[in-house]
Amino acid sequence: MSKSLSETWFDGAIYIVLTLLMVVTLYPLLHVAFASVSNANELIAHRGVMWKPLGLSFEAYKTVFANGEMLRGYRNTLFIVVVGVSLNLAVTALGAYVLSRKNVMWNKAFLAVIVFTMFFGGGLIPLYLVVKGVGLYNSLWSTIIPFVVNTFNLIVMRTAFQSVPDSLEESAKIDGANHFVILFRIIIPLSLPVMAVMGMFYAVEKWNGWFYASIFLQDRDLYPLQIMLREILILNSTDFITSSAAVGEQVQIGETVKYATIMVATLPILAVYPFVQKYFVKGVMIGALKG
Amino acid sequence: MEKVAAAGGMPDTRAVAVRRRFVKDFLTNKYLYIMMIPVIAYYAVFHYAPMYGAIIAFKDYTPIKGVLDSKWVGLEHFSSFFGSYYFWRILKNTLIISLYSLLFEFPAPIILAIIINEVRNKVFKKTVQLITYMPYFISMIVIAGMIKDFTKSDGIITMLLTYFGGENTAMLQHPQLFRPIYIVSEIWQKIGWESIIYLAALMGIDQEQYEAARMDGAGRFKQIWYVTLPGILPTITILFILRMGNMLNVGFEKIILLYNPMIYETADVISSFVYRKGLLEFGWSYSAAVGLFNSVVNLMLLIAANWISRRVNSHSLW
Repeated sequence: MSKSLSETWFDGAIYIVLTLLMVVTLYPLLHVAFASVSNANELIAHRGVMWKPLGLSFEAYKTVFANGEMLRGYRNTLFIVVVGVSLNLAVTALGAYVLSRKNVMWNKAFLAVIVFTMFFGGGLIPLYLVVKGVGLYNSLWSTIIPFVVNTFNLIVMRTAFQSVPDSLEESAKIDGANHFVILFRIIIPLSLPVMAVMGMFYAVEKWNGWFYASIFLQDRDLYPLQIMLREILILNSTDFITSSAAVGEQVQIGETVKYATIMVATLPILAVYPFVQKYFVKGVMIGALKG
Repeated sequence: MEKVAAAGGMPDTRAVAVRRRFVKDFLTNKYLYIMMIPVIAYYAVFHYAPMYGAIIAFKDYTPIKGVLDSKWVGLEHFSSFFGSYYFWRILKNTLIISLYSLLFEFPAPIILAIIINEVRNKVFKKTVQLITYMPYFISMIVIAGMIKDFTKSDGIITMLLTYFGGENTAMLQHPQLFRPIYIVSEIWQKIGWESIIYLAALMGIDQEQYEAARMDGAGRFKQIWYVTLPGILPTITILFILRMGNMLNVGFEKIILLYNPMIYETADVISSFVYRKGLLEFGWSYSAAVGLFNSVVNLMLLIAANWISRRVNSHSLW
């Protein structure tokens, strides 16, 4: 059956709309990428759309990587991501496992208490006071412990764990396996796609997180990458990073450094998500709705 | 067995049966309860303790006296907030930004999902998804930095708008431009990511329904209207209800990164106000009162939306 004229129009329109959307989505990112490797003087003089880098210079990247504060920011962020996500996954998996068991008398109550927090909370100030009260203030742990379980992720993981067939655990139980063995040897290996997506979610949250770091961390030594970025992008201060450059060059270098830091802070996370992408649709979101 | 014992009539045997059930449950599940300790501790300390801590909204909290020993002042902070000039401004700003999001940002991913669903070429489809998901993974700091850069007087967006007759000016200094900037960047960042959930729902639609519609002579638009949309309506409803429960939680991270005193008039919202008054100006109790007002209104809106939805189309959260 040949396609009718209106069908052809319809398909054509779809391709045009989606292509436009892709251009609009990509352009800002390309603009930043081009600007980051451009020659600083040409960049400052330039106005309007950029289709390719203006000249080619890696000075900005050299400046960023030579900067002790930026590297320390990177180190702090890595700590928060690695330790934070490990703890996130471990504690969330424990909760999801218990809540996915049948015939546990208190599970209904646990679930109600947990889900309620999705709809009501004490607010920012009381949370701040609690974090201060338990002694986490001005420690990198303040960006990890108070956010160790994300309720939404917990519910999704529980739904995934529930779908593991009972028969597998039954036979393991007969072989004398305890709950830890069942969780780590059977349930988690069978739920790897969900674990991967949850790990990804937590990693993005940690890598990009800045707000709580900005209110809980006081010492400059503890600042993660995003807080350094805020100084450069939002507060417009590139002084600390360009101070090594000659006085006249500081302004110019500062302009390209801005874009180079964006690249350095964004590329790692953009490099990871395509590998997990195929799991996004299947399972995870559906699981969330059923839960 | 326990049922029989409970039905036995004597009140104390019933109590014994209940107790026996608790003990039996605890003995069989004790390791599960031990595993649950970190989770429960987390929720107790970082969710329920702050809910309790919210009582400082009714006190004059000072860090030296602490939550318990600070003086009770009743509704003083609430009445001073409701009576202040800021109350109407931030409530209005919050509601307007929320409504605009609901009107423009909420439908965008639904439309995108429906369009993507119509694409037959697998590679093209995958590419569109890969690219439109990307902005979701970019940090708010970077997004705000890009917005600032692109909308300054010689920024790329300002240049484009000037080309179409706009004014050549730093856009973030004009109160009337803040909302469009906020909403458009919101759509840019989230349209792809939020379409995932609808795409998942679309996969669940029975292909035979499309066959049947085609048999009846329905074109592509009619198929979308009569098959696709009804198929994702439950998902839309649930997300709509959840959205209602967040009416007053506009993306304040972006706002506090972008706003400046020149545009507070349209940009300052409840949560940014709480942040500024509480953490930057140390008005703990006042700010906690504003935050509590926010939480309570959100909860009521959620309950209302759920109630209405259950009556209207029988999809609801509970």
